[in-house]
Amino acid sequence: MAAGPAPPPGRPRAQMPHLRKMERVVVSMQDPDQGVKMRSQRLLVTVIPHAVTGSDVVQWLTQKFCISEEEALHLGAVLVQHGYIYPLRDPRSLVLRPDETPYRFQTPYFWTSTLWPAAELDYAIYLAKKNIRKQGTLADYEKECYDRLHTKISHAWDLVLMQAREQLRAAKQRRKGDRLVIACQEQTYWLVNRPPPGAPSVLEQGPGRGSCAASRVHMTKSTDFYKQEIEYCRRAMGRTRVKSSVCLEAYLSFCGQRGPHDPLVSGCLPSNPWISDDDAYWVMNAPTVAAPTKLRVERWGFSFRELLEDPVGRAHFVDFLGKEFSGENLSFWEACEELRYGAQAQVPTLVDAVYQQFLAPGAARWVNIDSRTMERTLEGLRQPHRYVLDDAQLHIYMALSAHALPTLTLSQGSAFPTWLGPPWPLSCQCSVLSTHRVQRRRTGPDHMLKKGQVSI
Amino acid sequence: MCDQTFLANVFGSCDKCFKQRALRPVFKKSQQLSYCSTCAEIMATEALHENETLASLKSEAENLKGKLEEERAKLHDVELHQVAERVEALGQFVMKTRRTLKGHGNKVLCMDWCKDKRRIVSSSQDGKVIVWDSFTTNKEHAVTMPCTWVMACAYAPSGCAIACGGLDNKCSVYPLTFDKNENMAAKKKSVAMHTNYLSACSFTNSDMQILTASGDGTCALWDVESGQLLQSFHGHGADVLCLDLAPSETGNTFVSGGCDKKAMVWDMRSGQCVQAFETHESDINSVRYYPSGDAFASGSDDATCRLYDLRADREVAIYSKESIIFGASSVDFSLSGRLLFAGYNDYTINVWDVLKGSRVSILFGHENRVSTLRVSPDGTAFCSGSWDHTLRVWA
Repeated sequence: MAAGPAPPPGRPRAQMPHLRKMERVVVSMQDPDQGVKMRSQRLLVTVIPHAVTGSDVVQWLTQKFCISEEEALHLGAVLVQHGYIYPLRDPRSLVLRPDETPYRFQTPYFWTSTLWPAAELDYAIYLAKKNIRKQGTLADYEKECYDRLHTKISHAWDLVLMQAREQLRAAKQRRKGDRLVIACQEQTYWLVNRPPPGAPSVLEQGPGRGSCAASRVHMTKSTDFYKQEIEYCRRAMGRTRVKSSVCLEAYLSFCGQRGPHDPLVSGCLPSNPWISDDDAYWVMNAPTVAAPTKLRVERWGFSFRELLEDPVGRAHFVDFLGKEFSGENLSFWEACEELRYGAQAQVPTLVDAVYQQFLAPGAARWVNIDSRTMERTLEGLRQPHRYVLDDAQLHIYMALSAHALPTLTLSQGSAFPTWLGPPWPLSCQCSVLSTHRVQRRRTGPDHMLKKGQVSI
Repeated sequence: MCDQTFLANVFGSCDKCFKQRALRPVFKKSQQLSYCSTCAEIMATEALHENETLASLKSEAENLKGKLEEERAKLHDVELHQVAERVEALGQFVMKTRRTLKGHGNKVLCMDWCKDKRRIVSSSQDGKVIVWDSFTTNKEHAVTMPCTWVMACAYAPSGCAIACGGLDNKCSVYPLTFDKNENMAAKKKSVAMHTNYLSACSFTNSDMQILTASGDGTCALWDVESGQLLQSFHGHGADVLCLDLAPSETGNTFVSGGCDKKAMVWDMRSGQCVQAFETHESDINSVRYYPSGDAFASGSDDATCRLYDLRADREVAIYSKESIIFGASSVDFSLSGRLLFAGYNDYTINVWDVLKGSRVSILFGHENRVSTLRVSPDGTAFCSGSWDHTLRVWA
């Protein structure tokens, strides 16, 4: 076939690993010993060899990959859609039927990865052949394409018609069976590469990726690139790593702890709103609610972040702080968060406000930070930026979480699922909680302590 | 008289040393210059030096990478599925489509949940961005972007704004208003400017900052109010396709994945790459942190999903099956991190048991590739968007 114009934008075929994998599957399906059972199929008067039935394909896939029939049918359908297997009887639709319908394996010449992208010239020749052979019975969309191509490559139209006639003449000299097979193969190839309107195009890839950038980078893989790599490797060698066993145990305990709270794993009460169409679950767990559920209260004990992120939890905590400690620590933390995630234009004003309120000597809500951190912070305040209060914020955060969680208790005797009753006793007495704390220690360093700065 | 060959010598000032000498033409970076013979000799040896340095640097880099792998391997004493043997197996999962959102006229490319657990924003190839109340399947807002292929969209934490972008190389923020008279497009704010398509965007903890990833190989942090670039992140060797912010409250990191098969963890403050992982065999389409923040999962075109641990600094699990041939386009964890949902280009969604490494269930339903998948903020359901123009909520 003649070579076509330049390939359209999109990913080059090297970046379509699924095609190579499909080809491997199809090749193993054609293995004489381990592959699908081949038989000769009678179509009217011709006998076509090496045909397989749809049900055999599904059966083979089920056995080979140990998957369900539904999945095998889906996988087989995908292979047919990409043109690697084609139906003999009704080549107009690339669908896999799990019954006695005969199919055949596409010849590697017409594989998507071999002959890609499909050339306009080739398509014109194919349509011309179809036109001549069947005396002008092209499908509607094919007629449209034919006319469009005629306008587009009118200068080469003689070549197109000549090639079409030549190919038809050569085909007449073949046996009827071969002719039928080649016609089916060609038709399948064009169904895949020029799908009829309405059918999804399996070869569509989306906007081109990486081709420009990658080629650019490959050309300039200079000393700078390698110097960067070397610097990164050196830094990485020096970092502390944790043993796999410790890290993996952490997942087990995390999943174990959170499992009952995961609606998709353990379900949720009274019901999952999406399944029952009843939003009672959301009403019960609304951000501000008078009586939080038992599960919700349990979550506050998991980590300080959970407590702070839940408005009800935070409200209780603020209440508690007001009684036992002064609330300025949490307010300071909140102000720091506002600075970190706030608008850039607000940074100088916010920093100033925070200093006046919390850090200046004699400030109204002075926070107690250790002298070294205070010194560093005050030094940094000379050139305020959004991260200038990070050290102080972390110190206060650690202090808050260290004092907060041990003194929270959970009322274990409450009725499930709602928690009713007075606010918790604010003393660290509950034995449940102390084991809770010990459990936390045993499961390895909390992610809050990653930086190894403060140990509880 | 015999034939004679004449060498025409040009005299003039050398382009390098500016001395008056006999000059020779010399090509540097496809530009023609005239150097004297001494400078030409020096240039030749310099080039030789540079090549040698390049080769030696390359071998040094390879060497160091090998040593790094050795160091990482030293602390690897057990595999995840071994540790997970004593965990109870999950029961049979029956997950069905509970809602189908129809309304996009073209491929759905991206979606995000609102913090109120029921609203969703989704974007598609024809430039439409729609905000739905997915519980009732009503459409609440719609915006038409001036570009096609809107590949990124995000909901603001307050629920009052959305951000989106794509082939226009920009990220735009639209405040959501319920006033019927107001045109949403009028209040649009253009925040990010990249030199190639926008592939992913996400708000940080507030409505005022946006993190973006782009096909130009960089990620960037922007101030929404002023559109100012706060920090940029360079290091990927090709298009960056996805990013995810760490859930930790003291940390300031995010992970990004790209066409260079690398997943990189960045420090938002300094712009430095803190860790990098390169074990995938093809483009990384999606990255998502494990709920504890100690690990992240990635989905790639090589048909595998992988779990990388940040403290052990290595890949700890691969989720793959021989019958899964097509790439994973998007991944997300359930609330407890026990389940990993992955949407694939063969129109299916596979559910993996994160600890045991086995596939729990396969979900059919979409009629074209699954392009985006997110679990709802309270973990009661997950939503998938597909090239078949629909979004489905599964539970």
